[in-house]
Amino acid sequence: MNYFITQTINGLSLGSIYALIALGYTMVYGIVQLINFAHGDIIMVGAYVSFFTIPTLQSMGLPLWLCIIPALIICTLLGVVIERLAYRPLRESPRIANLITAIGVSLLLQNLAMKFIGTESKQIGVIFSKQETAIGISPNTIIIIVTTIILTLLLQAFMKRTRTGKSLVAVSEDYVASKLCGINVDHAISITFAIGSALAAVAALFYISTYQQINPTMGSLPGIKAFIAAVLGGIGSIPGAVIGGLILGICEIFTRAYISSQLADAVVFGILIIVLIFKPAGLFGKNVKEKV
Amino acid sequence: MRKKILATVMAGAMILSGCGGAGSNGGGDKIKVGGLAPLTGKVAIYGVSASNGTKLAFEEINANGGILGKQVEFILEDEKGEVVDAKNAYGKLVSEGIDALIGDITSGPTYAVAEDAEADGIPMITPTGTQFNITEGRTNIFRVCYTDPYQGEVLAKYMKNNLKKTKVAVMKNTSSDYSNGVAQKFEEEAKALGLDVVVTVSYGDEDKDFKAQLAQINEKKPELILIPDYYEKIALIAPQAREAGVEAKFIGPDGWDGILQQFGGDEASLKTVEGAVFANHYSQADKAEKVQNFVKAYKDKYNEDPTAFSALGYDAAYLLKEAMEKAGTTDKAKVVEALKGIDFDGVTGRLKFDDNNNPIKDITIIKIENGDYIFDSVVNND
Repeated sequence: MNYFITQTINGLSLGSIYALIALGYTMVYGIVQLINFAHGDIIMVGAYVSFFTIPTLQSMGLPLWLCIIPALIICTLLGVVIERLAYRPLRESPRIANLITAIGVSLLLQNLAMKFIGTESKQIGVIFSKQETAIGISPNTIIIIVTTIILTLLLQAFMKRTRTGKSLVAVSEDYVASKLCGINVDHAISITFAIGSALAAVAALFYISTYQQINPTMGSLPGIKAFIAAVLGGIGSIPGAVIGGLILGICEIFTRAYISSQLADAVVFGILIIVLIFKPAGLFGKNVKEKV
Repeated sequence: MRKKILATVMAGAMILSGCGGAGSNGGGDKIKVGGLAPLTGKVAIYGVSASNGTKLAFEEINANGGILGKQVEFILEDEKGEVVDAKNAYGKLVSEGIDALIGDITSGPTYAVAEDAEADGIPMITPTGTQFNITEGRTNIFRVCYTDPYQGEVLAKYMKNNLKKTKVAVMKNTSSDYSNGVAQKFEEEAKALGLDVVVTVSYGDEDKDFKAQLAQINEKKPELILIPDYYEKIALIAPQAREAGVEAKFIGPDGWDGILQQFGGDEASLKTVEGAVFANHYSQADKAEKVQNFVKAYKDKYNEDPTAFSALGYDAAYLLKEAMEKAGTTDKAKVVEALKGIDFDGVTGRLKFDDNNNPIKDITIIKIENGDYIFDSVVNND
């Protein structure tokens, strides 16, 4: 197949994983204005849950992707519990306190995994076939790209059409006013974390199906890149996160393919700096004027 | 202030070494060999493994009448993998009056101790310190393991002479000295041999996605791909390579050892490295009598499989024995001279030393077949 098309598909498949992670960042930021640095580590937890359930699935003769079910449950619960224990008590504190707590939670999760599971990488078997199909793309890549698109549309519809979704939007716009309107803010925030963490579980499934290797710090770098994707697209915006993720994935792969792989990360972080200088609110972000 | 402390320490070391000399001349009935290894701490696994090999060798030597009719006393000190501890332990060994030193194990402490041992003129053999500058320009410091770049040279020769392939791609980890060293030397040698390095791509330590680089490789349709890195990275790269449609077989250095264990029993992943060949220090499956005797003795004594580190530690002891016997004395300068001109045949292959006291030695090639390590051949680099 054409070299350019191959690399574009490589970029889209990497970008889709960034996009899924970025959705989690953007959801949480949109509602509570918190950059949840522990998000990448929830992916790590999801990956380890899958790692431990896969042998059972194998012995029962079930398809391996069913490991997403326990991963979804545990990640969702974990997200809600983290919010309840670590972020909620600090909701009225300055934002920096929350940010530091988020970094703390991230390190805590990583170190717990290192302590109890070990630092060495673990290998995972093939989940979705990687044999090229007739159109030259592996089922694994197709599943990732298609699922990302479907989940984005569903999430968008949920926010716009459902009562709960609308209450989340209301909280994100004005958290005091929505409280006055009778919206249960605590409940809304819990739901946000639940959705964000469930998306992390899906991202974990795609991560392990693509790279087949996991370790306790696996979430940090994709987490940071997804955060950049979210900023690029306009943090708080759902389509923005997805477009940002895809742009980032394609830029990274193209830099490797046509310029130099040493520069790939520099280009990614360079994009962040340029976006912050020229369009601080990101591609799809709302320009919020400070009210005087 | 700093300089003053350094001067004091140096003076101390000199006095100590002076005492040591007198001690060994006066003692007479025993040969004292010092040993340095990390027996606790983060890199203890290497230290224990290597020093077990050395201990086994000296037991055998003593049971067979010792060296020059004298029994060997092997004094092993734990240096915890730390430079400071290694220097202290070295000082302690010198004050005990050692005639020679076997150690250290990891490159950092080995380099530090080599500086002191050079000043003292003590014959020092590191079984496993691979860093290039440990022995460079130091007359009395030797090593049993080959250096990282040396593997690149031998792999290029093996590719030309044994595999009879000409088109190769190189994929290296630019954040790793190990990977760069092997790749650079391989490319130089490949050019000299008239092989065609069709493309060189690189990646970083943090990278998980290699599809862009692999697509680049696939454009050039090489027959082989050299990936000089450790098995964890290989376990990431190999499946992605097959996914990207790369059909070329892999070759690699000793960092590949462990790849099958990393894949566990996963058939699909194991298939991705089928037919790969990599360099190693020795193979348990080598049928040579020397190797089989060592493996058996080691298993009997320690109840576990010897690693490449154990084999190197074992060889270091026999290398010293041969040098002392060749010199006919334990006199330090004469033993060093004997080591320089030695032609030694050990478990990890035949070796001679080059001008920088790096071994020119055989490399064992391991092949992966049906998900198992198979002893392929011993490559001679003459």
